[in-house]
Parts: sequence; C-alpha cells; structure tokens
Amino acid sequence: MSQQSINVGASPQVQYLLRLGDSCLVLAQRISEWSGHAPILEEDLALSNMALDLLGQARGLLTHAARLDGQGHDEDQLAFLRDERQYLNPVLMELPRGDFAFTVLRNFAVSTWLLLLWRRLEGSSDAELAAIAGKAVKEAAYHQQHAADWVLRLGDGTEESSARMRAALGTLWPYCNELFDSDAVDAAAAAQGLGPDWATLKEDWRAQFFEVLAEAGLELPKDSAYQSQGRRGIHSEHMGHMLATMQYLQRAYPGGVW
Amino acid sequence: MSSNTQNEWPLWEVFVRNKAGLDHKHCGSLHAADAKMALQMARDVYTRRQEGTSIWVVLSSQIVASDPGEKGMYFDPMEDKVYRHPTFYELPESINHM
Repeated sequence: MSQQSINVGASPQVQYLLRLGDSCLVLAQRISEWSGHAPILEEDLALSNMALDLLGQARGLLTHAARLDGQGHDEDQLAFLRDERQYLNPVLMELPRGDFAFTVLRNFAVSTWLLLLWRRLEGSSDAELAAIAGKAVKEAAYHQQHAADWVLRLGDGTEESSARMRAALGTLWPYCNELFDSDAVDAAAAAQGLGPDWATLKEDWRAQFFEVLAEAGLELPKDSAYQSQGRRGIHSEHMGHMLATMQYLQRAYPGGVW
Repeated sequence: MSSNTQNEWPLWEVFVRNKAGLDHKHCGSLHAADAKMALQMARDVYTRRQEGTSIWVVLSSQIVASDPGEKGMYFDPMEDKVYRHPTFYELPESINHM
C-alpha cells in the first residue's frame, strides 16, 4: 500500500452524511460483484444498473461530505483512501453477497429503508442533500419494486427457492436493527433539520417489510437483541476483505484516473 | 425435451417508444416468467441508455407472422404498381404540407 490513508473529521453533519453515503457505496460494491455472475443476463444488467444508481448517490453524498469536512478531499479520496474504522455504513451493507435469495432480500430491506429516508431528506434544510434525495427517490422506488418482486417469487416459489429465502432471512434479520439505531449524530441532524433520526423510520419500514414477507409466505422473524455497530466504524470480518478489493487500484496507483 | 420446454421461461418481444417517437419500435426479445417480469427486464435491458418513455411486451407465441415461403406471392406483385403512390395528382395550392 503506497498511498497514505486519510481521516475525516468528527462533525455530526459529516458523520450523518457518511453513514448514508457509505451505505450506498458499500452496497453498490456488493451488488456490482454480480456483474457477469447473475443467474440470467437480464438480471445481470438489472443488478449492474442498480449498483450504478447507488454509486451515483454515494458520489453526491461523499462529495458533499468532503466539502463540509473542509480538508480539501474529494469523493475518490473519501471512497478509496479511508481505513476500515472510518467507514460508517451499517454492517448489513457489507455482508457478502451470498446467493441470489440473500441479495434480493437485502436489496429489498435496504431499498425500503432508503426510500423512506430519501423521502424525508427531500425536505432537508441542506439544499444539496435535498437535491440528491430528489433524484434518488425515483431510483430507490424502482429498486424496491424490483427486489420485492423477487422476494415474492422466490418466497412463494419452489421448495428450494423458499428454503433459500428463509435462510437468507435468518442471516440478514439481526443486522436490520442497526438501520434504526439512534445516537447523538441523529439527534444533531434532526435538530438542524438536516435529516431524520433513523429510529423514526422503523415503524414504516417494518410495516412494508412484513407485508411483503407475509405475502411471500415467509414466517415473520422474531426480534433479535443483536446490535451491530458499523455506524460507529466497528465492522464485521468481511469489511476488510471487501475494502482490499475495492481500494486496490487507488492504493497501488495513487490518483489513477480513467 | 418436452419437459425441458415447459420449464423454460417463454419468449417475449419488446417494443420501445423513444422520446420523440410516436410509435413503439421492435427492439429485441427476452425470456421471462410472466408479463410483469418481462416489462421489468425490458426496462433494465433496453432502456438503460435513455432509449425509452414507454414499453410494450408481447408473448412471441402470440404474434402471427406471414410465411416467408409465400413472400413472392404476397409482396412481389406490388413491384410494378407505381401508380399506387399518390405522385400523379396535381395538388390544390391551398394544401401546403403533404
């Protein structure tokens, strides 16, 4: 690794933006791992499209976070030159892509959450964030529909597909708690009108998530007490491996561009 | 073979109308389990570079096509009927755009 790592400041505003921006960035990375590997060509394109939508959202958010951080960094430096503990995405986003069932179920959980979040952020006191949200709402709405459709097909499909959905739900469920975690960063964001406390999205998310699970014939999971801590930079064992792949080019060829 | 065929998703023809266009143009085909999936896949495969504002999908099996073997009988007789084009009429001056 020939490139020095960078750190970002601890301002709540920057942290709030990075939690969201890193969520989009890391999920984009995981979804893009399907390029060339999806079960059918059409889904290969659909998943790649989705990864690019998320990457676009991440670019806007990281650019804005870098500007507010005021250390002269740009989106690329934030995306590729931070160390693991500096990434603030919930652990759910970094879990390995798993099988197709896990991928579509996670996409459904995250897109439902993002759609609720983006809708609230459209009214942000931060005009830049509101503009990013305005564009992202349409993308998230399509992602949600696409994922929900697959959750229904697989959950209510064959014995094999339904078993895979149940297994995916078992793996994913404990990590969903973190999507509704709440701390001083959320409180500051809510007080400034920057964006909602994530905890306030919980009720709507559960209603939508459970409705589709029920329709797919999947048993609703029991609540888990597990609380992952990705939002505070404490990640799973998968994060370092993912970052090694993701950061390789910028670390090996500093400042490399297309 | 016949059991394989039943397990395969049927083929759909995709038609896309672009921003400026009035008609949906045929742009390709894809396999999908049902109409909803076909529309969604058509969106992801055929409109990802801003090609479209509307999509139609139709089961390929529902299209009735003319027989290529009857091409001569069907279309050749039209070759020497130039008078079927309205180029031999004097247009009244009041008609400006034809």
